[in-house]
Amino acid sequence: MSVQPLHPQHHEHGSELSETELRVRALETILTEKGYVDPAALDRLIETYETKVGPRNGARVVARAWSNPEYRDWLRQDPTAAIAAIGFAGRQSEHMLAVENTPKIHNMVVCTLCSCYPWAVLGLPPVWYKSAPYRSRAVVDPRGVLREFGLKLPEETEIRVWDSTAEVRYLVVPMRPAGTEGWSEERLAALVTRDSMIGTGLPKSPAEAA
Amino acid sequence: MNGAHDMGGVHGFGPVEPEPNEPVFHAEWERRAFAITVAMGATGEWNIDMSRFARENRAPADYLAKSYYELWLAGLEALLAECRLVSAEELAAGRAGGSPRPVKRVLAADDVDQVLSRGTVAAREPTTPARFKPGDRVRARNMHPSGHTRLPRYVRGHVGAIERVHGCHVFPDSNAARAGENPQWLYAVRFEGRELWGAESDPKLKVSVDAWEPYLEPA
Repeated sequence: MSVQPLHPQHHEHGSELSETELRVRALETILTEKGYVDPAALDRLIETYETKVGPRNGARVVARAWSNPEYRDWLRQDPTAAIAAIGFAGRQSEHMLAVENTPKIHNMVVCTLCSCYPWAVLGLPPVWYKSAPYRSRAVVDPRGVLREFGLKLPEETEIRVWDSTAEVRYLVVPMRPAGTEGWSEERLAALVTRDSMIGTGLPKSPAEAA
Repeated sequence: MNGAHDMGGVHGFGPVEPEPNEPVFHAEWERRAFAITVAMGATGEWNIDMSRFARENRAPADYLAKSYYELWLAGLEALLAECRLVSAEELAAGRAGGSPRPVKRVLAADDVDQVLSRGTVAAREPTTPARFKPGDRVRARNMHPSGHTRLPRYVRGHVGAIERVHGCHVFPDSNAARAGENPQWLYAVRFEGRELWGAESDPKLKVSVDAWEPYLEPA
């Protein structure tokens, strides 16, 4: 069997996994006994990232940028403040930069060295974003990677890859889909997918969202 | 360090496999490993750069064989040992022994929201003017420190242009070594695909990395 580097173990089988499971359990017990962690805080952390923080946050930022030119300017000038103004700030989003797609430029975000990702607006990163295949290829063959996401861009489209090597976190602002004139922010937000804000996808069209 | 974590441009890992309707965690132990790591980070016993180094600082085969949260777990165990908070004996026994050394802070459930929404700001007030400005041509240094660094190998020795001045940020190379924050100017540096990958590269590719001033020299 080949090694699946940095892939999740989806199924709970084999001795290796149970060993990991036991180690985590033992460590949590020790840390709790020592008073270093509060189990209620652990539950709260998990609950936050499972139920409260996720790509719906980023979708609201993008929808507002699409529908409000003043907000879009603010997002260009001071992205961290503009995003915080909608209520999304903090851990792994302390220094934000919004990069806008245009008919000529497509932006795509990666962290080749680990898994840097704008948690406050997108939640925790998906497994593929943290995986060796994405991290290795996004910077050298982004078009090939995009094809694996079912996205084929015109050859003349410039691809701008942002490797998140510092504490700056990148949010892609995709292009607003055609046929959405006059839509409310809420309706627009429903078109904004997680992948479109990483740059590995496009927003849904009105037909796809219907 | 020139470790397996530095993956940009490496071949052989196969296709990217997105998982439809992916859950946030794939097993209960991932939830717990995530939470204890974040909670222990809040004690202030170490910083984010030390955390990253603790995950990447291992033999390539070990790094590549571990799943993402297994790396988090291994990194956490290494930091706990280094900081003398949890001993190997305790880990093996699965329970605390002796009287614990107090930590600076314990994350309480009621403080979680505030701690997360505040985050940890890396920007610092500059004490010197920035050496480079947007448009300047710079070369990423050909450097190979054995400690933590955030300059990926695939840009080292290559020439790019300053695209943006982010400000002055904590310098990971020294912060990871407990040698102080040593804040440095941070830039987005843009490289042409052909400069990085040669004549066969996609002519319409541009790659930017965020690079601290000590990583760069005028070109």
